[in-house]
Amino acid sequence: MAVFIAIDPITRIEGHLKARLEVSNGIVQDAWLTGGMFRGFETILLGRDPMDAPQIVQRICGVCPVSHALASCTALENAAGLTPPREGRLLRNLMQGANFLQSHILSFYQLSSQDFFQGPAMPPFSPRQKHPDLRLGEAATRMMLDQYLESLDIRALCHEMAAIFGGRMPHVHGIVPGGTSAPATTGQIQEFRSRLKTVREFVEKRYVPLLYLLSETYADLAHTGKGWATAMCMGVFPHPDTGEETIRAGVWAGGREYPFDPLKVMEKVRYSWFTAESGGSPFSAPPLAVDLGKAGAYSFSKAARYDGMPMEVGPHARMWIGDMELSPMGRELAPKHLGIKARTFRELGEDFVFSIMGRHLARAEETWLVAKAMEGWLDDLVPGENPLLPLPKLLNGEGYSLTEAPRGSLMHCLRVENGRLSFYQVLPATLWNASPRDDAGLRGPMEEALVGLPVPEEDSPVNAGRLVRAFDP
Amino acid sequence: MSNNRADTKAPLLRRTFLQSALMAAALGGVSGAFSPCAAKALAETLTAVRPPVFWLQGMGCTGCSVSILNSLHPRIAEVLLHVIRMDFHPTLMADEGEGAMEFMLRSARENDGGFVLVQEGAVSDEENGRFCVIGEAGHEEFPLSSTLEQIAPHAAVVLAVGSCAAYGGVSAAHGAVTGAMGVGDFFRKKNIATPVVNIPGCPPHPDWMVGTILLLLDAVERKGLAEGVKEVATGLDEWGRPRVFYGSTTHENCPYLYLFDEGTMAKSLTDKAGCRYGIGCKGPGAWCDSPLRRWNGRVNWCVENALCIGCVQPDFPDGQSPFYQKNLW
Repeated sequence: MAVFIAIDPITRIEGHLKARLEVSNGIVQDAWLTGGMFRGFETILLGRDPMDAPQIVQRICGVCPVSHALASCTALENAAGLTPPREGRLLRNLMQGANFLQSHILSFYQLSSQDFFQGPAMPPFSPRQKHPDLRLGEAATRMMLDQYLESLDIRALCHEMAAIFGGRMPHVHGIVPGGTSAPATTGQIQEFRSRLKTVREFVEKRYVPLLYLLSETYADLAHTGKGWATAMCMGVFPHPDTGEETIRAGVWAGGREYPFDPLKVMEKVRYSWFTAESGGSPFSAPPLAVDLGKAGAYSFSKAARYDGMPMEVGPHARMWIGDMELSPMGRELAPKHLGIKARTFRELGEDFVFSIMGRHLARAEETWLVAKAMEGWLDDLVPGENPLLPLPKLLNGEGYSLTEAPRGSLMHCLRVENGRLSFYQVLPATLWNASPRDDAGLRGPMEEALVGLPVPEEDSPVNAGRLVRAFDP
Repeated sequence: MSNNRADTKAPLLRRTFLQSALMAAALGGVSGAFSPCAAKALAETLTAVRPPVFWLQGMGCTGCSVSILNSLHPRIAEVLLHVIRMDFHPTLMADEGEGAMEFMLRSARENDGGFVLVQEGAVSDEENGRFCVIGEAGHEEFPLSSTLEQIAPHAAVVLAVGSCAAYGGVSAAHGAVTGAMGVGDFFRKKNIATPVVNIPGCPPHPDWMVGTILLLLDAVERKGLAEGVKEVATGLDEWGRPRVFYGSTTHENCPYLYLFDEGTMAKSLTDKAGCRYGIGCKGPGAWCDSPLRRWNGRVNWCVENALCIGCVQPDFPDGQSPFYQKNLW
């Protein structure tokens, strides 16, 4: 007999999310995800000075403000027809990179790691679900607690790195329309480099190896939670000279790759608490109008779709699209712990990559990849070099930007009329991964991945939380 | 952890620790008061009084929670393991769903009048609070607004962290359709008398949040709960902020004040040889100690890098806009 289980709040994520599961025979048969909070940035931004937008939009997400600042500035620059100077582009990559490291380490250690080990017998580590399905022995548990505590310092170091060039974190001051607000000094470059070295060592010696180890200990979770197995990346970390992205844009669906085309992005609202007119292309959809009485609706999240398809976004999607090279640790540990010999990410195989452990492991591998790339950008900085160009007067214009936040694809579209914002659309990763069903009834990526998930104990649906956190919605 | 430790020296150590901790807080944390010894004293002595803390997240961005994780003096691990008992924090707690909600509701009953409620993010009671639902227990949805109405009257004190919780902030900015408001306004509307301490900032500096908690614990230790909370309340400014952190303007303590006095104004954001007032800096009307305290391990701060956008002020963001001088670009 089918039972319905509600998990609300799903804790250890950013934001308010509820899962409703239909379970029978210990297996999830259907799933509905509810985004339970609405603020309405798209109407808050209307009528404002366009130059204020990069500060306002950062308040969408306290974990990934750098990406929103960057997306907003890039959209304004696109509208004004300006490319920031090379130094500004380097500094932006470094701030964005520092926040990728911060966000990924936070996502695994502070948010997800307790899915796999038991912390001290006190809040916030206890109490917890009756059957948490923890499989680590005493020594490994102690190691994970040590890493949990150490990671708190490491992620704070990552914030320090972003603040060295950006003023402070969260909510960075240094990313401004036209570039960045302060030339780098020799001292700052050294301060940044020393922290980056410490963080990279943590990633190499702790984070990456741990994820390979856990993927073996929780071997069943390394082929559980497949879902649509689609992937999308809008491209991130443009090379300061060539513009070529460190992780390129692309779309993966039905076992083949397609070039990414922003015009194929649509927002569907059939199951969202917004009027039917609120959906459409992010280039032209009207500001959201709330409709809480709408029949069948169950989320404040819209359903973002690419050419009609739900897309998984985030580290595993990026690593898959770019078929990125594995770290030396990964190449050594994959055969040992996963029984897979792999040089690049796709060689780990679709079944593993689109699983709970695969998504976590992708995040760890990407952390290493970004840290390595950052060393190169740091070497390219020229102390004292100007990072900012004055933005031409923006009275009227339209612009958009495509980038990646740590948790997935990010798109901003805006229009300026008579020197004021007359239109602003933000399409963050949550609208992809955590989306409700679309107008065609297709489940969102996390909903689809929840279906088929084993829930042996109905009073402890631990695998559902594990799956959601692996997406970092 | 060490709840049962019988340490006869505890009161003395505790006093010494709290005094030095508070001194550090007052001095912008630049003194060496938070030595490893002090941290150890904290670990061993504050365990006697560990009021449960419930941290609720409303209409916000989680930036305040992320900011407090950056606490260095004391480190956030010390705070979580030894200073407070975090009975509910959506971003940190192991438990989830109904179990987590019921644990909080039960803990609130058991500690009636003796727990600290931390509110991050704004609150709205429009549409029966449906713009922010924080959980479900007993097959019943818990909107933030009704949860606050239920448990806030039983809290010893409410810390409204961040500009959204304190005054509405970005969540209640012009154009918002949700009726979002700060905790103080919400309490006035609902006739909730629990004292509120505002710790604004978008986000607040971790020292402002942890420091206020330490101030509170120290006062409660010396004077008992009710009188201790009263003592903290007497240290607030007219906007409900602890004067120890928000007692002077950014401008007064700004290292570039001499440039202002000389009349040397910056011409652009990258022009660091002039006072930023000329390009839109809100420092003269923004009350916080960021210039002394600095941010993120003290590596930098807002005005050194760019300029102040007045994020601690009750009228942020609308009253502080435009953030940059017109025609700067």
